[in-house]
Amino acid sequence: MLNQALSKKRKGFEALVKALMLLSVGLTAALVLFLLIYVLGQGIPNITWELLSTKPSYLTERIGILPDILNTVYIVLATLLIVLPLGVGAAIYLTEYASNKKVVGIIEYAAETLSGIPSIIYGLVGMLLFSNSMGTCLMAGALTLVIMNLPTIMRTTQESLKTVPQSYREGAFGLGAGKWRVVRTVVLPGCVDGVITGGILSVGRILGESAALLFTAGFAHAVNGLIDGLAAPGATLTVALYVYAKEQGEFGVAFAIAAILMVLTVMINFAAALVQKHFAKRRSI
Amino acid sequence: MSIISVKELCLWYGDHQALRNVDIEIPEKSITAFIGPSGCGKSTFLKTLNRMNDLIPGVKITGDIRYEGTDIFSKEVDVNNLRKEIGMVFQKPNPFPMSIYDNVAYGPRTHGITNKVELDDIVERALRDAAIWDEAKDRLKKNALGMSGGQQQRLCIARALAVQPKVLLMDEPTSALDPISTSRIEELVMELKGKYTIVMVTHNMQQAVRVSDHTAFFLLGELVEFGKTDDIFSQPKDQRTEDYITGRFG
Ligand SMILES: Nc1ncnc2c1ncn2[C@@H]1O[C@H](COP(=O)(O)OP(=O)(O)OP(=O)(O)O)[C@@H](O)[C@H]1O
Ligand SMILES: [Mg+2]
Repeated sequence: MLNQALSKKRKGFEALVKALMLLSVGLTAALVLFLLIYVLGQGIPNITWELLSTKPSYLTERIGILPDILNTVYIVLATLLIVLPLGVGAAIYLTEYASNKKVVGIIEYAAETLSGIPSIIYGLVGMLLFSNSMGTCLMAGALTLVIMNLPTIMRTTQESLKTVPQSYREGAFGLGAGKWRVVRTVVLPGCVDGVITGGILSVGRILGESAALLFTAGFAHAVNGLIDGLAAPGATLTVALYVYAKEQGEFGVAFAIAAILMVLTVMINFAAALVQKHFAKRRSI
Repeated sequence: MSIISVKELCLWYGDHQALRNVDIEIPEKSITAFIGPSGCGKSTFLKTLNRMNDLIPGVKITGDIRYEGTDIFSKEVDVNNLRKEIGMVFQKPNPFPMSIYDNVAYGPRTHGITNKVELDDIVERALRDAAIWDEAKDRLKKNALGMSGGQQQRLCIARALAVQPKVLLMDEPTSALDPISTSRIEELVMELKGKYTIVMVTHNMQQAVRVSDHTAFFLLGELVEFGKTDDIFSQPKDQRTEDYITGRFG
């Protein structure tokens, strides 16, 4: 009797919990869908070839986002070109060479903490460190993003270095290979996936960054080549979105950019998942 | 003739002493087996012989190890050359995640051989010597991780032979393998002893009797007894050796 009553109560409780969980899942999914549909719905009709292929002109009062697209590409390239060697190098040093494990632990902890700091603080620091000396320009922005992304690249690389079995290193050392040869031929190939994943995630972060870049890279809309572009101030897509929406009330353009960014973000996440799946498969043979 | 001679070797992992005053002369071109209960320091001692313990932080070593008369701990000795002379095969097969060919060519390439013809020749010879050529010759470009455990272990032996070492250290090379693979490797080891000095850790007494010429019995970090395998197993001098080989402990 008592047991039956209890189990009934328990069953009721479980049903309730299940219902609540379903509700939160449904809510989350609905939110994501709503955002996607809303942004794409508002944005896509505003995306025209003219918008994508021209720069803004005061004469015709037309807006074009070609400079912002180029600036975004430049800043992504410059940042990755600097941050990948630095981050991977630091990770290799910390995992393979450093002998003081306590210091390594402290650095790892610091990197962990650094990646949680609000980006506007990086912007402030970047402004003082870079923009004050080299002027407001894409390069100053890229260097700021380097500082911002360095901990992430370092940590993801380190984590994947740690998954390379110790027995590979022993095998190579046992054949008389020196440290650098072991790292280069046996360890590094095993951590390519970590580097690629970290790089892709960084691209996502760079695309989404606005605060840090407003401080350091400015928001000009001139069409430049790579080198000139890095030396000149410029807005990335995300910064341009902010400027067009907030300062100029151009919501059509803002939503067009938002739709583009949204699609890019989805593609980036997809790519990261793909890379991981590809390497997981290769590892299991 | 001994190729490696060890005097009063002690080794500590931090505060824990794992080897106590080990003295041994390892005879050239023959098979020496190390036996003893788990944790007695067999692997530790084996790894000391080609300084693989250098990789472990906190290891302290005193005493003297001479390889062909040279102190292996002296500053003039290049540890990479030492490991080229004294190769190693591990308990768990550990081929690199690359092709069979690249696995075997790894060592020679490390030591500066780049000529394709020469490499092909070395790889084939090593694979033949390790009795895996017939199984490997049609799949040299295939990933080594696709082989069976026994094949992988013979590949690891081939990989070690490819740098033309004089000594081969083997730490329980068959303990992760099935009986058929085990007997193939035992046969292989016995064939190799004409050309190489082999030092092998084993938990399997029958294996020690079957393949080795000399046997060393370790207990709690001490080398209790060392001698001809026949003598050790038929008339051990030390009571502890007798207790161990008759299965009274360990
Ligand atoms: N890296 C290490 N750090 C600290 N202590 C270690 C390390 N490796 C081994 N030891 C200790 O040293 C002692 C000898 O270990 P070793 O691995 O040489 O034994 P073994 O005779 O090979 O045993 P088994 O038959 O189980 O392989 C053990 O007490 C072990 O706990
Ligand atoms: Mg052992």
